[in-house]
Amino acid sequence: MLVLSGIAIIIVGFALGLNPLLVVTVAALASAAAAGHGPVEVVAMIGRAFVDARYLAIPYLALPTIGLLERAGLRVKARAIVGGLRRATTGRVLLGYLALRQVTAALGLISLGGHVQMVRPIVAPMAEAAEERDERGALDPETRDQIRAHAAAVDNIGVFFGEDVFIAIGSILLIRAILAQEGVSVTPLDVALWAIPTAIAAFLIHGGRLLLLDRRLKRRA
Amino acid sequence: MIGLDALGIAAAVLPGAVAAHHALDRTAATRWRNTGFWGVFALLLAAGPWLPDLVNGGLVLVMVALATRGLRAAPVASSDAAAQAVQASRLGAWLFVPALAIPAVTLVGTLSVANGRIAGLALIDPKQVTLVALTLGAIVALGLALRLTRPPRGAPVAEARRLVDSIGWAMVLPQMLAALGGVFALSGVGKVVADGVVNMVALDTPLVATIAYCVGMAVFTMIMGNAFAAFPIMTGGIGLPIVIRHFGGDPAIVAALGMVSGFCGTLMTPMAANYNIVPAAILELRDRFGVIRVQWPTAILLLIFNIAVLASCAFPGGWGR
Repeated sequence: MLVLSGIAIIIVGFALGLNPLLVVTVAALASAAAAGHGPVEVVAMIGRAFVDARYLAIPYLALPTIGLLERAGLRVKARAIVGGLRRATTGRVLLGYLALRQVTAALGLISLGGHVQMVRPIVAPMAEAAEERDERGALDPETRDQIRAHAAAVDNIGVFFGEDVFIAIGSILLIRAILAQEGVSVTPLDVALWAIPTAIAAFLIHGGRLLLLDRRLKRRA
Repeated sequence: MIGLDALGIAAAVLPGAVAAHHALDRTAATRWRNTGFWGVFALLLAAGPWLPDLVNGGLVLVMVALATRGLRAAPVASSDAAAQAVQASRLGAWLFVPALAIPAVTLVGTLSVANGRIAGLALIDPKQVTLVALTLGAIVALGLALRLTRPPRGAPVAEARRLVDSIGWAMVLPQMLAALGGVFALSGVGKVVADGVVNMVALDTPLVATIAYCVGMAVFTMIMGNAFAAFPIMTGGIGLPIVIRHFGGDPAIVAALGMVSGFCGTLMTPMAANYNIVPAAILELRDRFGVIRVQWPTAILLLIFNIAVLASCAFPGGWGR
């Protein structure tokens, strides 16, 4: 049971608002110590796993481009486009992006999106601009943060519940591999097929919530 | 062959340049702390594979210490709103071209060089084709952005630093959590949790077993931050022996809905930092958990939906038996 101390440290540390890098390090040391691994061994393990996961830093290579485009007014332009569309509301902008992200991910195109490349420079400014036009002015910080959080969420929900419908995606390969170890065989098509109901439900549930967001924003305005 | 090592070196260019920019900036209050943090990060990305594990681990601890003492972003000169409006109206929709070039190049590269062979030569590690294409896309996009916007010479690095500073330590959190996941797995955290679920409830009907499996997938994904880490443990502990073998659940249905139940967990946990915490930093939200606060209601409703579908479709005689 003591190996779970790491989980407890994570929960308490995050709740207290301590620096997450520190919380994670302490949690790793605690769980490993409970399992009988010494600190030197754990530090080496952290070092190796950190380096093995260095591919996670690749998407940040888009940052210089995004920075330059923002400098040249990309966010201004994204706002101007939506500001000119009278029927475009925050919820509808996000709903459109949700549909686009989900459909492209279902076709295996999961790289068409992402928080750095799409949400910060394009989707979030468009969603904010729709509300600014309706409120005829700058948004208060709460409203702005809520719209931005929704823009990030739409990217996640779209890709998670779209990609599983594509038969060659990592999660389906993993499912096959794990079941095959136990002598159970499934076809990728069957697994992908049974991801479809959840994909549709995700679109309906989250889409409905986005339309509710519109109503809430309208009442606040 | 171009593989993970080359990609690491490419990825190191960004924090390396940011570290140099910080070192040359005399105005920042935490000049050397910032320089050290991004410099060590660049070193780990580029040279990590050739350094001993213990040295890498020590370098990670140096980054943790610097981040804990606090990295403060100093303002970087960028353009003002008026200049942005002028350039935006001059360039118009062309501004979107470099941004969209990143996914476009990634896509074309991934599809056209799927096996990593170019003109018959095995040039690229087949497992890394998408990431190599993404790197190429970032380079092409940067070239296009430079031609289009014609910024002053120092602007690319200054703009990169502006964004990197605003993301801050959150940028390395996904890699730290990957390390934590490895430590948890080695310490047997998964087995303790799976045993706990099995022992806590009597799994004596298909419905109860289904709920335990789907909720277990979501909760364990929240702990590990990754549905892929949770799936083998929960499926080995509950999914296969009980839901599939004991109650005769259809394996494809059980596995597919188990996995998407894990994704519901991903939406609700700070441990999935690259989806939930890093975007909050990228979008400069004041609340670190702002994205999770927006996602959890959808995640809970979908989890209930998954349980209902699994329970009503996977069992030959219906779940009521």
